[in-house]
Amino acid sequence: MINPYEEYALEQGVQLKEKLGGEVTVLILGPEKSSQVILKALALGADKAIHLKSENFPDEPTAVARALAAELKTVEFDVLLFGKKGVDDDNQQVGQMVAELLNIPCLTQVVKLELSDARSVAHREVEGGSLIVETGLPAAFTAEKDLAIPRYASLRELVAARKKPIATKEPQLFTPMLEILAAQYPPPRPPGRVIGKGVEAVPLLVKLLHEEAKVI
Amino acid sequence: MKGPVLVFAESSGSQFRKASYEALTEGRRLADFLGTDEYALSIGNGLAAVSTDLGKYGADHVLVADGPDLALFHPEYYRQLALDAARKVSPSIILLPATSAGKDLAPRLAIHMNTGVASECVQLELLGEDLMATRPAYAGKVLLKVRVNGTPKIATLRPNVFTAREVSTPKSPSLDRLPFNKPDSRMFVREFVAHGEKKLDLTEATVIVSGGRGMGGPDNYRILEDLANVMGGVVGASRASVDAGWRPHSDQVGQTGRTVSPTLYIACGISGAIQHRVGMMNSKVIVAINKDPEAPIFGFADYGIVGDVFEIVPALTREMKKFYAKA
Repeated sequence: MINPYEEYALEQGVQLKEKLGGEVTVLILGPEKSSQVILKALALGADKAIHLKSENFPDEPTAVARALAAELKTVEFDVLLFGKKGVDDDNQQVGQMVAELLNIPCLTQVVKLELSDARSVAHREVEGGSLIVETGLPAAFTAEKDLAIPRYASLRELVAARKKPIATKEPQLFTPMLEILAAQYPPPRPPGRVIGKGVEAVPLLVKLLHEEAKVI
Repeated sequence: MKGPVLVFAESSGSQFRKASYEALTEGRRLADFLGTDEYALSIGNGLAAVSTDLGKYGADHVLVADGPDLALFHPEYYRQLALDAARKVSPSIILLPATSAGKDLAPRLAIHMNTGVASECVQLELLGEDLMATRPAYAGKVLLKVRVNGTPKIATLRPNVFTAREVSTPKSPSLDRLPFNKPDSRMFVREFVAHGEKKLDLTEATVIVSGGRGMGGPDNYRILEDLANVMGGVVGASRASVDAGWRPHSDQVGQTGRTVSPTLYIACGISGAIQHRVGMMNSKVIVAINKDPEAPIFGFADYGIVGDVFEIVPALTREMKKFYAKA
């Protein structure tokens, strides 16, 4: 499965290509089984793929960012799109890190992106509103939800995806900076408690919030 | 002596964010443990006058960069100033609030300083000089204990999790101006466009009144706004209501929205699917109002009322008004 934020990024890339020309390359760092994700991305409109294949690459932001940046230094591009974060580790770091390593501008949490003549206008979703930022290209952007609404791939596109070129390489290895020492489940919440039905229960709710939970 | 603790005190307009005070309070605790000083970094426009207030939350020193070019968050200007500050004080720990700016900035600093970041931490502890951070992953389904193996240790702190506390004897911090030599940048921050009236951000609110599919349409959120206003809270939304176009994505709580941890979360007409649950399960107290007694939210809400939101919410608003009038 493609990480949901990357789906928005990919769709934005494909829409830019459809509007302005050029081509879309997907770059993936992952094990053999990521091939499924690559095929899906190719079916969704990417033209070609680079697979940095490793079965046990450290799942750590700086190592991932450095490996991606090392590869991207050999590739020409105008626009680099990321999901704002992975929904597994929730680190929200890699996009900015890659851009800093490549020394290109990076705008994070982008909900709207407009491109013209090597300039871009990005709307970044921040607390209470949007920050509207212009920047020259090449530049990196990390996708917020709904940057571009993902399409569905047709069966024909899924078949065609198998013919698109995939370059497979080994990623460069870097020392991880963030070490996971332990994982645990968060303490469970106590089971729910229904205190009543209808408006009659409202005074009791206020009383409990005040006297028992002490939150008002 | 160990390097100091450096805290990015993010501001909004001419005020510091509550999340900045939370980070300063936690930074003070770590600095005391290490026997070192706490520095606050204040970047903005017109902040020099209020920056000494950061002493109330324990800052021994304040580094301030002030100017019209810094009024809005500019990733490259702020990154340069934060690196300048770090070069100046050689911190052992850098803390930032996990706000949009803090989360944008921290990884950039880590790359330039060849270190790592623990994101969205909910707990920090020092074992000797080792900083152990606890952070949720898989949208909060798992808590990871992580260690940053570079120097300085960088961590962003999830808003509303750490408590902002004024120190018993306020510090009178020294105020050092950081010179800002505008770097070459291809980025131009044009403007900030507020979503409607200025209100507290979801991640910083202590009370959230959230509405889901059961609200039936965008206009019906008025009753939630009324309740939120009476309680000094803000209105949130489930994915279903955002996808329906009733509320903006910035209001969405859940896996592809915001993760919130208010003191009180009131879920109205929200079924409580896992997608929503992971975004709000760290609320201190959860109240659920839903007409479906089988809704999953009743399985984990501290207080549930089965019934029609359009009757119960206005009744709750009236009851809360009475309560606050007496209190």
